[in-house]
Amino acid sequence: MNTFTLGLVVILYLLLIAYLGYVGYRKTKTTKDYLLAGRDSHPFIMAMSYGATFISTSAIVGFGGMAGKFGMGLIWLVFLNIFIGIFIAFVFFGRITRRVGLNLDAHTFPEFLGNRFQSKAIQIISGLIIFVAMPLYAAVVLIGGARFIESIFQIDFTMALIFFTLVMASYVIAGGLKGVMYTDAAQGTIMFVCLFFLLVFSYFKLGGVSSAHQALTNMAGMVPTDLAAQGHLGWTAFPKINSAWWWILTTNIILGVGIGVLAQPQLVVRFMTVKSSRELNRAVMTGGIFIFVSTGFVYTIGALSNVFFYSETGKLALDAVGGNVDKIIPEYINKAMPEWFIYLFMIALLSAGMSTLSSQFHTMGSAIGRDVIEKIFPRTGLNTMMIARLGIVFGVVISLLIGYQLPMGIIARGTAIFFGICAATFLPAYIASLYWKRVTRSAALWSIVSGLATSVFALAFLHKSESLPLGICKALFGKDFLIDKFPWMIIDPLMVALPVSVFVLILVTFVSRPPEKEFLDKCFK
Amino acid sequence: MLGIPDPAIWLGYLLAILSVAACIVYSVRYWNKSDDPLPDPSEKEKNWEKVEEKINEML
Repeated sequence: MNTFTLGLVVILYLLLIAYLGYVGYRKTKTTKDYLLAGRDSHPFIMAMSYGATFISTSAIVGFGGMAGKFGMGLIWLVFLNIFIGIFIAFVFFGRITRRVGLNLDAHTFPEFLGNRFQSKAIQIISGLIIFVAMPLYAAVVLIGGARFIESIFQIDFTMALIFFTLVMASYVIAGGLKGVMYTDAAQGTIMFVCLFFLLVFSYFKLGGVSSAHQALTNMAGMVPTDLAAQGHLGWTAFPKINSAWWWILTTNIILGVGIGVLAQPQLVVRFMTVKSSRELNRAVMTGGIFIFVSTGFVYTIGALSNVFFYSETGKLALDAVGGNVDKIIPEYINKAMPEWFIYLFMIALLSAGMSTLSSQFHTMGSAIGRDVIEKIFPRTGLNTMMIARLGIVFGVVISLLIGYQLPMGIIARGTAIFFGICAATFLPAYIASLYWKRVTRSAALWSIVSGLATSVFALAFLHKSESLPLGICKALFGKDFLIDKFPWMIIDPLMVALPVSVFVLILVTFVSRPPEKEFLDKCFK
Repeated sequence: MLGIPDPAIWLGYLLAILSVAACIVYSVRYWNKSDDPLPDPSEKEKNWEKVEEKINEML
């Protein structure tokens, strides 16, 4: 790969991003502009921004590589991402969230919950949870982006990290959500075009759809023995029921990530950025197609890369890249695609990381600024926009520190930890806030607190992937996880924490006083 | 089906494609529908319409 050509392409790309960030900055005059993109986003921009924020580099490279290792079972994650993450989210959550949010003048997800339950405590606690948990998720994307820049430009990691952070922070701080959404839409379009081409070209190269799949099916006998022991039955087969990989696929990936998407603060806030439900109706189509291409296509290619690597090198994809799952997709692109496409794909990967990260920075900043500082210290003398900007700077610094300080074992789990915590903590209260008028303020508060507490407990003491690198369980009880009976150590913490927060929500609702009818009328008018 | 023998896999593909189809059908069906009255055109838009009318009259 020619570094000069790549540098030129990256500079052109950064100029485009800088221009869009500047447009966002010029169009940002009020708090509503800064936090909600003026509530008048175009449906295409809203949908692409939602999709590009949803799909990070790790969704493409990490899960794509996992498909290379374990096969096409990940298609169920694609199905849930589209059906729950787009269709259910937009149609059954988005429209009503937008209306209630507007009626209650909410500018952020914590403010939505706080105003809906008439509770400053809920807003502050939700803001704090987001501000504390999100940097871990942001650090994953930040470190991934910096490593990527380090490897393609052969520059020092610290330099790459500082450069990447400064570029991101500048347009998020200046342009607010308008800047974030305009750049997201451009980045999402680049991702879409690249992944579309990638699948079409791959099928062409592998001899067509049916023959490519058949070739992969014929490789079932080559599954390595250690993977076969985990339930791997071939790359075009679902894993063996009740095997280790079956539990990981169904609970951690399909349910954890597939359902976790519904309570993501950076995604929920996008429903409030459009001026009517008509825009959301129009955005459903763009969102559905985008997610199908950006996840479904790359997971299929991940699995099919085995056919390519085997025919070229006589090795399985995982063996051809030295056992590192994250290298399967990049290595496949390098070996199988024309050179001009490699440059474009680099930009697509950069776009995937930047679009997710910019929203994370914005959400962190608005959470600490609007939901915590402004609520606790209402007389700071600064306006909301200024506080949110300071909040973003603070969030960026914390993410950087986390990226530097925490061991990679924990950072690698950052996405799953954040998705799990958000779903268990916010999902029951959020759904009830929209569809259950009887639900009470105390019930929402206790559901949030119990969901958080159970999540943290499950992460620290039950789920092997986090309890092992955290080491708290080992220090207190002398073992890596409390229940060593299969499959408890591999079941996603969400499967434990979500039922608890749902149960608490229902129980407390029926023992506390219902909200006033006048207030509910105001919420749902 | 298409070289994939396991129904659990092609069912996943089928459901993913049906979900995309549902998204498209929903958008087309409700393209101009809104739960709430659309906001009035802004002052800027009203002024723009007035200017347009004047231009038309002049033409």
